[in-house]
Amino acid sequence: MIPAAFDYVRASSTAEAISLIGQHGSDAKFIAGGHSLLPMMKLRLAQPAVLVDISRISDLSYIKDAGDHIAIGAMTRHMDVEKSPVLAQHVPLLAHAAGHVGDPQVRHRGTIGGSIAHADPASDLPATTLALGATYVVQGPNGTREIAASDFYKSFLESDLAEDEMLTEIRVPKMNGAGWSFHKFNRRAQDWAIVGVAAWRGANGSGVGLVNMGQTPILASSVSAALAGGASIADAAALAVADAQPSADNNATVEYRTHLAKVLVRRALEQASA
Amino acid sequence: MEIKVTVNGKKFTSDVEPRTLLVHYIREVLNLTGTNVGCDTSSCGACSLHLDGEAVKSCTVLAVQADGANITTIEGMAAADGTLHPMQQAFMENHGLQCGFCTPGMVMAATSLLEENPNPTEEEVRIGLEGNLCRCTGYHNIIKAVMAAAGK
Ligand SMILES: Cc1cc2nc3c(=O)[nH]c(=O)nc-3n(C[C@H](O)[C@H](O)[C@H](O)COP(=O)(O)OP(=O)(O)OC[C@H]3O[C@@H](n4cnc5c(N)ncnc54)[C@H](O)[C@@H]3O)c2cc1C
Ligand code: FES
Ligand code: FES
Repeated sequence: MIPAAFDYVRASSTAEAISLIGQHGSDAKFIAGGHSLLPMMKLRLAQPAVLVDISRISDLSYIKDAGDHIAIGAMTRHMDVEKSPVLAQHVPLLAHAAGHVGDPQVRHRGTIGGSIAHADPASDLPATTLALGATYVVQGPNGTREIAASDFYKSFLESDLAEDEMLTEIRVPKMNGAGWSFHKFNRRAQDWAIVGVAAWRGANGSGVGLVNMGQTPILASSVSAALAGGASIADAAALAVADAQPSADNNATVEYRTHLAKVLVRRALEQASA
Repeated sequence: MEIKVTVNGKKFTSDVEPRTLLVHYIREVLNLTGTNVGCDTSSCGACSLHLDGEAVKSCTVLAVQADGANITTIEGMAAADGTLHPMQQAFMENHGLQCGFCTPGMVMAATSLLEENPNPTEEEVRIGLEGNLCRCTGYHNIIKAVMAAAGK
């Protein structure tokens, strides 16, 4: 399978990338790791006329301690998130989740920015950064803006990013020793989750993100609200799908997904609270 | 578009269409057909090679994205005098292959794995090779070969 023909341009800075995408209009697309975009182009589900390669913008590949949060450059690869000592110390849930994306070859290419910009509800890092209360920094022709992860995901593969905006940084609050747990239920190695749960619980609350439980990654706010109100883990986990809209596919019916989400959220909260 | 790559120590300059996949460039332009195409959907790992020292699936990389890179394919693993790479030797000694179709990808993924984790447990080898499928061996002897190459 070979993608439809396109023109290829390479950006060496964020400003250049934004100007190139503006120049080429709505038929142009950024390519980072290419591990969501190229499979779609090979299947001709995507046929951009121009690819703007942003993967060589090396100053967007970093993981920095920024006081109350960790700042991660959008071009940081899954493998570097997984292996980061800074994240292992301050946001272990994210490092762990990144280690469950695809397989090592995928993690050598795919980026955290590409994963979030792609806004796939079945992907691990959108739901995980959502659970952690992350903020995304995006840059466009008129400057930069910050978007809370909880305002970012609009519908299936649709986010708040405008066509000429680029995601540049992911800011993830430090977990400050909160307990956490990550569950990815799938049948085959390297696969996407049938249902996934990223959860943390600490002195200042909790967060539960659900993978593949709707058109967008889902923040299970009802679960966290119940816990904050003093509910038991079992009672809180019973609300796991209150904020979700699971659908059926080859792997699972709605009933199965619903059951799975409740069980996995309960287990995750038990582990995060232990 | 013109690209410059180093493949198995040799420098090449080629003019490629942007949509050319790296695996097609390696197989059809450079005639290095040891790198196989199995699934063509990023799943099987048969097309794995080293891009700047790390295993990637070359069916999911554009040749233009590899511009400037240092690439190693299975043909570049043995020494110039034909002495097999220790991983190849271990696959041979442990019957880590039957039909051999997945083997180049397995060897490339396994050497990349040991580069990152020289002292893996059996479990870590199994998880580390999850991007590579084999229809013949049932994996058992592949895992044995990688453990042997790791000196265990
Ligand atoms: C075999 C396989 C298995 C996988 N398994 C999993 C899995 O289990 N879990 C999982 O979460 N993911 C999985 N993935 C997807 C993988 O994580 C991708 O790397 C990731 O989703 C996309 O990141 P990328 O850098 O490759 O983005 P690309 O494919 O380059 O881009 C994806 C989209 O985002 C846009 N984009 C990219 N970067 C930016 C940016 N900085 N700003 C604005 N727009 C941008 C592009 O224009 C494109 O539309 C898998 C992929 C493969 C091939
Ligand atoms: S041919 Fe590339 S992963 Fe199967
Ligand atoms: S040896 Fe035949 S596919 Fe692995």
